Amino acid sequence: MLHIVACIKQVPDTKIIKMNPKTNTMDRASAPAILNPYDAHAVEEAVRLKKRYGGTVSVLTMGPPPAVKAIRKCIEIGADEGYMISDRAFAGADTLATSYALTKAIEKISKIKPVDLIICGKMTIDGDTGQVGPGIARRLDMPPLTSVNKVEEINQQEGYAVVHRKLEDGYEVIQSTMPCLMSVEKEINDVPYSSMTNMLKAARYQPIIWAVADLEGIDRVQLGLKGSPTIVSKVWAPTKPSGGTMLEGDPGEQAEKLLNVLLEKKELFTVKGGDNS
Amino acid sequence: MNFEDYQGIWVFIEVKDGEIVPVSLELLGAGKQLADKRDSELAGVLIGENVKHLANTLYEYGADTVYVYDDPIFKDYRTESYMKALLECCQKYKPEVILYGATSTGKDLASAVATDLPTGLTADSTILDIEEDTGLLLASRPAFGGNIMATILCKKYRPQMATVRPKVMKALTPEPGRTGRLVEETASIKEEDIRTKVLKIVQHTTKKIRIDEADIIVAGGKGLGNQKGFQLVHQLAETLGGAVGASRDVVEAGWVGHHHQVGQTGVTVTPKIYFAIGISGAIQHIVGMQNSGLIIAINNDPNAPIFQSSHYGIVGDAFEIVPLLIEQFKQAFNREVVDHV
Amino acid sequence: MSEKFDCIVVGAGPAGISCAYELAKAGVKVLLLERGEYPGSKNVMGGVLYRKMMEDVIPEFWKEAPLERPVVEQRFMMLDKESAVTFGYKGMEWGQEPYNNFTVLRAKFDQWFAGKAVEQGALLVNETVVLECIVENGKVVGVRTDRPDGDLYADVVVLADGVNSLLAKSLGFHKEFRPDEVALATMEIIKLDKKTIEDRFNLEENQGTTIELFGDATKGILGTGFLYTNKDTLSIGVGSLLSGLIKHKIKPYELLEYVKNHPMIRPFIAGGEPVEYLAHMIPEGGYHSMPKVAGNGVLVVGDAAQLVNAIHREGSNLAMTSGQLAAETVLLAKEREDYSEHTLNHYRSRLMSSFVGQDMKKYKDSTHHFDKFPQYFDKYIPMMNKAASQMFTVDGSSKWEKQKKIWKDVGTAGEKLKLARDAYRAWKVMK
Ligand SMILES: Cc1cc2nc3c(=O)[nH]c(=O)nc-3n(C[C@H](O)[C@H](O)[C@H](O)COP(=O)(O)OP(=O)(O)OC[C@H]3O[C@@H](n4cnc5c(N)ncnc54)[C@H](O)[C@@H]3O)c2cc1C
Ligand SMILES: Cc1cc2nc3c(=O)[nH]c(=O)nc-3n(C[C@H](O)[C@H](O)[C@H](O)COP(=O)(O)OP(=O)(O)OC[C@H]3O[C@@H](n4cnc5c(N)ncnc54)[C@H](O)[C@@H]3O)c2cc1C
Ligand SMILES: Nc1ncnc2c1ncn2[C@@H]1O[C@H](COP(=O)(O)O)[C@@H](O)[C@H]1O
Repeated sequence: MLHIVACIKQVPDTKIIKMNPKTNTMDRASAPAILNPYDAHAVEEAVRLKKRYGGTVSVLTMGPPPAVKAIRKCIEIGADEGYMISDRAFAGADTLATSYALTKAIEKISKIKPVDLIICGKMTIDGDTGQVGPGIARRLDMPPLTSVNKVEEINQQEGYAVVHRKLEDGYEVIQSTMPCLMSVEKEINDVPYSSMTNMLKAARYQPIIWAVADLEGIDRVQLGLKGSPTIVSKVWAPTKPSGGTMLEGDPGEQAEKLLNVLLEKKELFTVKGGDNS
Repeated sequence: MNFEDYQGIWVFIEVKDGEIVPVSLELLGAGKQLADKRDSELAGVLIGENVKHLANTLYEYGADTVYVYDDPIFKDYRTESYMKALLECCQKYKPEVILYGATSTGKDLASAVATDLPTGLTADSTILDIEEDTGLLLASRPAFGGNIMATILCKKYRPQMATVRPKVMKALTPEPGRTGRLVEETASIKEEDIRTKVLKIVQHTTKKIRIDEADIIVAGGKGLGNQKGFQLVHQLAETLGGAVGASRDVVEAGWVGHHHQVGQTGVTVTPKIYFAIGISGAIQHIVGMQNSGLIIAINNDPNAPIFQSSHYGIVGDAFEIVPLLIEQFKQAFNREVVDHV
Repeated sequence: MSEKFDCIVVGAGPAGISCAYELAKAGVKVLLLERGEYPGSKNVMGGVLYRKMMEDVIPEFWKEAPLERPVVEQRFMMLDKESAVTFGYKGMEWGQEPYNNFTVLRAKFDQWFAGKAVEQGALLVNETVVLECIVENGKVVGVRTDRPDGDLYADVVVLADGVNSLLAKSLGFHKEFRPDEVALATMEIIKLDKKTIEDRFNLEENQGTTIELFGDATKGILGTGFLYTNKDTLSIGVGSLLSGLIKHKIKPYELLEYVKNHPMIRPFIAGGEPVEYLAHMIPEGGYHSMPKVAGNGVLVVGDAAQLVNAIHREGSNLAMTSGQLAAETVLLAKEREDYSEHTLNHYRSRLMSSFVGQDMKKYKDSTHHFDKFPQYFDKYIPMMNKAASQMFTVDGSSKWEKQKKIWKDVGTAGEKLKLARDAYRAWKVMK
């Protein structure tokens, strides 16, 4: 029986976030908080592996109290248990401090039930780093497997997993000892529409919430802002390039003007264009 | 930690199929500027099997020193072995800055190394600078889905690390015959300590031109309506001999595969000509193509932001303009070919 | 698995939430189903929340609910093309507890209100569409949702699914709307700096104004418009009968654009940035188009039961009260262990004897009246504007002369008679 922990985060939906053009700050309230889209795939993969090999799926998040909502979303996808670490002391954490806090929580979860596999999303859409997963792996001394887009096999008996890692121009097939940590790509699966059974379970679900004091042997200096080596010194709006020439006229004229632009670069087309004509 | 002990700008050199990955050369170019500002040395860290000879190329592209770990154990990239080598090198020679390409390999390695050192790591930087006197690295990157740019500092730890997007920095013009110092090292890692094995590597063998290498890219967006409408993009790409690109919304709608996605969460491209057809021009898309040589936008909304970022714009219906263009182009080309003969 | 509940409420708008709230409070096992991402996410409302009915559900709700501004001033603007006659009332007593009413943004408010129901023990499931009622032996026994293993059973189902209530329709409780029974409303939320809002509307900090718009707001088509102040946004909208839109071949958003560019309105919203656009139907058939509201194992509440006071654009209050009354009836049925139409019909009588029924009856002819006699909108309002203009323009002629002229402008003796008759009629339907 596998015990899989999926790390998940609640994030502002950066697709619809609004910016204050004067102060360059984000109006966080303008964007609804959602489960990080990549993490939904992480949870779904955990649930699929559970169905394939048997076991339980726990999800873990570090975040403010409203992040309970994100945990419920994971229960809808099919997770069994949700853990949340929430404390002011965690606030302002960068990836290093985040991976430290999550590691401490995973150690505590392992005491409840040993952990065989950890799955993270490729990245969060607010942090955009993809560094937290490998960070956790290193701290727990597990092999980090990033960019996983397929889990071929898990052999618990013999203690190994075989996965595909996406590369720029293909993929590689990796065998790793277990326990290990994977961060998964979006294309690894499609998250299906949740069943009513899961919806009802999620609506009733109360996660297990821990504060710093609940985590054993934790070094407070490594938490939150204090424990973060990186700091954001300046924030500004990305510069927008300024516009060029508009090609006016009726569609025929526009196409012709464009053609003339292209013909100025005709050396680019010589071979292939000729083949086609 | 005594900051004085940490000197020099390093670039992790990624090797693929026996060749240096372009982003590593780009980073040498960026690293050179930082090193000059700090009046310090630029070094490449070269890990792999049979890679030593690549050092010469690195010198030509600006490296003063190359640390090389050449051993069969490094045949394939694996986090544990590469990390061990780099960590040992770091501990021995103490660089001030390490840059990595933001590729699957570079990001994987950098995250692991940062945790073990430990130190701060800035992901996906697009602008790099360094404070001349303090050596503080100013690594700037898009954040919150590209809505803002942020400069990230690491004040309390050395080395300072950043991964940098491919195609953002410029490689130097190689200086043939330029040489440097080769430092050969061996890592203490043994095969039995490594818990992962690469069973096989599968390369996509599609004949299609890869978008990050294409001279011409015809990219389409949600404005093409549906998968059928998107065929227009394929047609134009075929006529021009270009590769097909797409916005994220198109990829998410499943009209075309993931590796066609241009932009912040896709590929950064710098073709000589980039067509944006039915693409609104969201900032996340723009950051992935803004350095293209010639950007041509076709959109029926005169206020579409894409026009702000293009050299030539056509306000009009793609379904009208593009077929006309294809036809005229074919005709013109026949003429041209004939003229040449 | 199919779980059985005491009661399933379909639709988490004001009607459904207040019903679920009351039931949960009484210890009933209640499930609230909502198709939106969260309650309020799909809801449209100009934004006046009436204090009284909300207070009946949650006393002193204003202390914690996400409200925009307490309304201290209500204005009415009779618009002509380039002029307006405005009247209204502003009173500082409305700016203090217990207040009169509030502007709200439904996305925030419904979410909070549903949260209160959940605190009471109601189970809320979002992003789930109820496809149909499960009917066995002539009795509604549950609902079928669009989710895998999505059948759910209950002793009684409360339909609070809003104006278009497909569910009540599929039970045959009411027919498809006639175009003159529903209004189509479109509205926009416009972002504007808090201070600017207060300056433009002459408001103290955190106080609000509502402006109801008549006449040229709808280009003379029967309907009304509104402009409400929120914290840092304005809600602006227009609604008019579907029949009118069809007849005048005008698209709802064109009407909205028209109001936004009206010279009397434009200055209020200048410089604002539209952040949301919404469209929705409002049932306006009044008492005459109220459907059957109780059946075997089923009750219909709120907009789904067409409970809207079209004249005063009230709806959320009727919705809440109807939800509460439905809850009371479910409790009664539970006590009797009888969910037949016979017992559930108590809801109808309670409804009709409450203010809801009273209002529905009182305004039963209003929309039709105005619809049948378009002169109210396309003639009298312009006339009023002209009269006011003449009255207030200082041009040397005496006020007496002016009045004489205004009266003359009304037209022939026949037309004068018609005006008097129309005024009387309007007064009769509204009183
Ligand atoms: C964290 C994050 C990362 C992202 N990463 C990326 C990324 O890597 N790449 C990316 O592309 N996006 C990315 N996005 C998404 C991005 O914000 C936009 O949503 C996306 O680029 C929009 O795609 P589009 O331009 O195809 O679609 P739309 O915005 O829907 O634009 C369609 C355009 O087509 C025009 N049009 C319609 N009909 C026609 C016609 N007949 N002829 C001509 N024009 C027509 C319309 O006027 C419109 O401008 C990201 C978003 C987030 C939040
Ligand atoms: C432009 C406009 C302005 C208005 N202004 C005011 C005002 O100022 N003051 C006022 O009191 N009233 C106003 N109203 C009227 C008021 O909005 C409604 O009367 C009130 O919302 C009715 O509440 P309800 O709960 O019956 O329905 P709704 O609020 O419409 O809620 C129905 C809910 O059911 C859900 N639903 C529907 N079908 C299904 C299904 N099959 N499965 C699951 N869920 C479903 C919907 O998503 C929705 O959340 C206005 C209406 C409009 C359109
Ligand atoms: N606060 C958090 N709580 C739980 N998991 C997290 C948190 N932040 C990041 N993660 C996990 O780490 C992955 C990468 O995040 P990031 O490094 O922020 O891009 C995410 O997809 C999550 O799986």
